[in-house]
Amino acid sequence: MIAVANVTPTWYLLLAAALFALGCTGVLVRRNPLVMFMCIELMLNAVNLSFVAFSRTYGDIKGQTTVFFVLVVAAAEVVVGLGIVVAILRRRPSANADDIAELKG
Amino acid sequence: MIEIIVFIAASLMVLVGALGVILRTNPVHAALSLVLTLFGVAVHFVSMEAHFLAAVQVIVYAGAIVVLFLFVIMLLGVDKAEDLRTEPMLRQRYLGPLVGVGVLGLVGAAILVARSRTIVKSVEGLDTVGHDANVKQLARSLFSDYVFAFELTSVLLVIAVVGTVLLARRPNKGLQAAREKAGVSS
Repeated sequence: MIAVANVTPTWYLLLAAALFALGCTGVLVRRNPLVMFMCIELMLNAVNLSFVAFSRTYGDIKGQTTVFFVLVVAAAEVVVGLGIVVAILRRRPSANADDIAELKG
Repeated sequence: MIEIIVFIAASLMVLVGALGVILRTNPVHAALSLVLTLFGVAVHFVSMEAHFLAAVQVIVYAGAIVVLFLFVIMLLGVDKAEDLRTEPMLRQRYLGPLVGVGVLGLVGAAILVARSRTIVKSVEGLDTVGHDANVKQLARSLFSDYVFAFELTSVLLVIAVVGTVLLARRPNKGLQAAREKAGVSS
């Protein structure tokens, strides 16, 4: 049983684990490329949450610096990913992630 | 006591939003559920005294990325609900949650086991005096130790923008015709 006295880092880590598992499930279950991107964002947020929790636990600002870089990379990833999605869906409006297998050897 | 209430409320926001992203068949609803999750994470950041990251979370994630998602959904007109029966991989639909539960069990067990062995050095390293202490400390870290990585992120963003413009551009009709006339294969 977790101590009910105050909010410990363990609570945040467990929440981050739950969020990551939900994002992971989403990527596996959903076939709409846009929703899959959103689930990847969920996983990135879970990791950000645990980074900040560790940053607070160890009293080290570097965890928060890392989260800043993760945010930048997430933004770049979304931009490029949505560009690819737009390029594909413009040609085939009903495509889902499994139809895009033309490069498969 | 107030900390616990804030934690529970924000966690509910996060988890309900995440479930909404997964379960809503309409992509617009999924994107709006994502906003709920991102706000919940921002509340957690505030309660962990990461004020700058909370602001960036709201501005960049909820403000820019989700709007980009919604923009693409509206632009492509894929805001119809998915037909769940035409799933190409029906088996994956049932195995996926199993994998999710497995990941949660594994990571959760690791956290609970490591809880007793975590060495907490000090909680004094983070400067919390003053209303802008977090921003100052983060800026000092970002512009001294990580200044090279910070400059590289600007290169990354430029590359992302240029690449996306190239990807999403429609092929120029006049240019293509001129090329075909000249006998150059595109």
